[in-house]
Amino acid sequence: MNLKLKDIVPQLITVIAVVLIFGFFTYNAQINMENRGIDFGYGFLSQESSFDVQFSLIEYDGSHSYFRAYLVGLLNTILVSVIGIIIATILGVIVGVARLSPNYLINKFAAFYVEFFRNIPLLLQIFFWYFAALRALPLPQDAEAIFGVFFLTIKGLYVPAFIWQNFSIFFYSLVAAVIAIIVIRIHAKKVQENQGKQIPVFFISLGLIFILPLLSFLIGGVKLSFEVPVLKQLATTSFIYEGGVSLPPELIALTLSLSLYTATFIAECVRAGIQGVGKGQKEAAASIGLTPNQVLKLVIMPQALRIIIPPTTNQYLNLTKNSSLAAAIAYPDLVLVFAGTALMQTGKAIEIVSITMFTYLTLSISISILMNWYNKRIAIQEK
Amino acid sequence: MSKINILKPDRANLNTFLYLGSFLFLISFLDVFFNSFFNLNLTGFLPNFLSFVLPLVLGFIGLYFIRIEYSGIKKLDLLNKHINTNNFNAVLSLLIIFVIIKSIPPILSWFVVDASFAGDSKDVCTGTGACWTYIKVWMRRFMYGMYPNAEQWRINLSFISLVLLGSVGYFATDKFKKYLTLYYVVIYPLIAFLFIFFFISGGPVFFDFSYGIIAAILSIIIGFFIPGRFKFYYFLIVPLALYIILKYFLFFEEYIELGKLDGLNWVETGAWGGLSLTFIISFFCLIFCFPIGMAFALGRRSGFPLIRYISVGFIEFWRGVPLITVLFMSAVMFPMFLPEDFFIDKLVRAIIAISLFEAAYVAEVIRGGLQALPRGQYEAAKSLGMGYWKMHIFVILPQALKLVIPGIANTFLALVKDTPLIFVVGLLEIVGMLNLAKTNPEWLGFAMEGYVFAAIIFWIICYAMSKYSYNLEQKYKTDR
Repeated sequence: MNLKLKDIVPQLITVIAVVLIFGFFTYNAQINMENRGIDFGYGFLSQESSFDVQFSLIEYDGSHSYFRAYLVGLLNTILVSVIGIIIATILGVIVGVARLSPNYLINKFAAFYVEFFRNIPLLLQIFFWYFAALRALPLPQDAEAIFGVFFLTIKGLYVPAFIWQNFSIFFYSLVAAVIAIIVIRIHAKKVQENQGKQIPVFFISLGLIFILPLLSFLIGGVKLSFEVPVLKQLATTSFIYEGGVSLPPELIALTLSLSLYTATFIAECVRAGIQGVGKGQKEAAASIGLTPNQVLKLVIMPQALRIIIPPTTNQYLNLTKNSSLAAAIAYPDLVLVFAGTALMQTGKAIEIVSITMFTYLTLSISISILMNWYNKRIAIQEK
Repeated sequence: MSKINILKPDRANLNTFLYLGSFLFLISFLDVFFNSFFNLNLTGFLPNFLSFVLPLVLGFIGLYFIRIEYSGIKKLDLLNKHINTNNFNAVLSLLIIFVIIKSIPPILSWFVVDASFAGDSKDVCTGTGACWTYIKVWMRRFMYGMYPNAEQWRINLSFISLVLLGSVGYFATDKFKKYLTLYYVVIYPLIAFLFIFFFISGGPVFFDFSYGIIAAILSIIIGFFIPGRFKFYYFLIVPLALYIILKYFLFFEEYIELGKLDGLNWVETGAWGGLSLTFIISFFCLIFCFPIGMAFALGRRSGFPLIRYISVGFIEFWRGVPLITVLFMSAVMFPMFLPEDFFIDKLVRAIIAISLFEAAYVAEVIRGGLQALPRGQYEAAKSLGMGYWKMHIFVILPQALKLVIPGIANTFLALVKDTPLIFVVGLLEIVGMLNLAKTNPEWLGFAMEGYVFAAIIFWIICYAMSKYSYNLEQKYKTDR
């Protein structure tokens, strides 16, 4: 009896404290909302939003609902995160490997990069790119073409648009190539385990992923043309590019700073991962006659990835969360569109902030669940 | 002299290859050097593309010639080992050297040579370089925000005294070393708070000294009859309790402010700003987030399921949301959760929000340390008859914290770097002040200087912190 009491009392006290705090907050919120005449509810989501967003991936204007504004913001957040993650990963892996280079200059250069960008607040970097660096770019009429088709101006980057004919066939050919590669990989693994023969999977995959889409051009009737942006004069001093795809400077500044900043952390993860594989592993693998490439592919990378992937996923999550700093330079992401403009208009503070937080929460928790599952899968099976 | 095969540098013809290689490398180096520093194109007579690529090709051939293994010349071997191991590395080394040479003149000219330092108006900034005059003129704003100029000595004085008080640990004799933890965890933060509340903010005095003295004397008298082992706890609680009982329950005093420290005007927190605000916020968030994080780390590993679930919920919630939404919450949503006539200053709200946010990260870091400890440590402590708290305070936490010094330092660094986000609640620390100064019509167009200035300051702070944490890590490293 005594032992049980000892177990129950601390838990009971904690629970009561938590319930009391939440109860206190809810009670106050109710009273406050009553006094101010605000009613609680998510009905506003279907109302007309009547505000405009500069940059959106889906069709949107003031006549659409608040829910669609939410989607616009979410998609913009996802866009900037995905681009940022791709660039940060490439850069991070390069820098991480460079930090292990025996070349003194490369090593120090990579170290300098990491120490430099890691120790400056991300917000400051975003401001720097947006307000200082990108503002120094030329006006549209003075911009010089890069490779004849890209235009980098103060109003953003203009790139040619792809104009597809029969895009679906091209897409299916890509899907077919990917499926074929997966089948071949599985087959190759089986062959290697049963007969010890090696099939050059890499070159076959490389061939497949190029040849199948190429065939779709030759046989399937897929056509691709480019629409190059053209300078157009609106007034005597006002110029604009028409056609093509325009990337607003907010997006450029944000992706640039996010990927430069996060790449430093990814570089450290990569370095730690490769260093974490014991030297003996490499030597043992070499001594049983594996070629350097095989050592890397079959011994080092599987072990290094096990160390690299969990913290790197964490960095991806951080990047996604940091993309909310977009609000500071008016890139219309979830926080700016929804927790900013929509909140100002509706005044529904509790609902909107809770939806925004819940969205980010879902995003991170789903990724961390995925991560835990992956971690369990690749963990060393100890006997 | 043996036969020379120009494609295969070897030891036999060491000198020939060495001179040839060094000569080629020197030419390529000089070409880039003159090009960059004196704007003089030595290879201008060649076609454009060739003149551009030539130094790289020459340097590459030069490095190829001097790549001779076991040459017997120590410096050459060292050079080859470090920057010239193979063709690929040689090209990369050359590229890096050229990039450095190329980038020195423009950077130097922007920072120093063409920059303007003198004067105190925009008119002096006519050159192509940086306008440091802008920083000079706005220095007070960047450091102190909107804090009145005449009162800024209060911030300076507080910071200097707090730094001095903080450095007590270095001068403490062995006798006082054991009290240092108590000092840094309880007393020092309290002093810091009092300084900031009374001195920087000019807050009202709530403390009634007459009752305070009576309470102190009474508690000392009773203290003589308290057994030694309880004395510490006794003096932690009883004087304050006596004071409250005397003042509010025995003599029924009203809860009123008793005036201010002489000559110190009230400066509202909205006027605080600049670098000093960065320091204030970082300091208090550091102090608060650590114990909260530790509590939740222990909670997450607790044997009580309900406490564990609550801790997991807390940690995962804060870790899952971006700080900016947390600050949004503290700005627009939190006031709704408080009683109507109850007001919390926005600086305090921001500090609470950041502390809770970072506490979740600290909790995860500490949990990592707790998990890394071998079970034997727990079992050994238990077998000595230690209870939960004794075991954690004397055996587990000291070891676990030692293990996670790098992780905690990273979290603290992240915290310092996150402080600019308080612009969301309307507070302007140094980055916020920069954005404000940038929009001043008299000083348009100097955004770059401002951001570079702030970047240098933050870089120094963060780099110093990371180096310090590295030193700590080395100092407390124990072989296990």
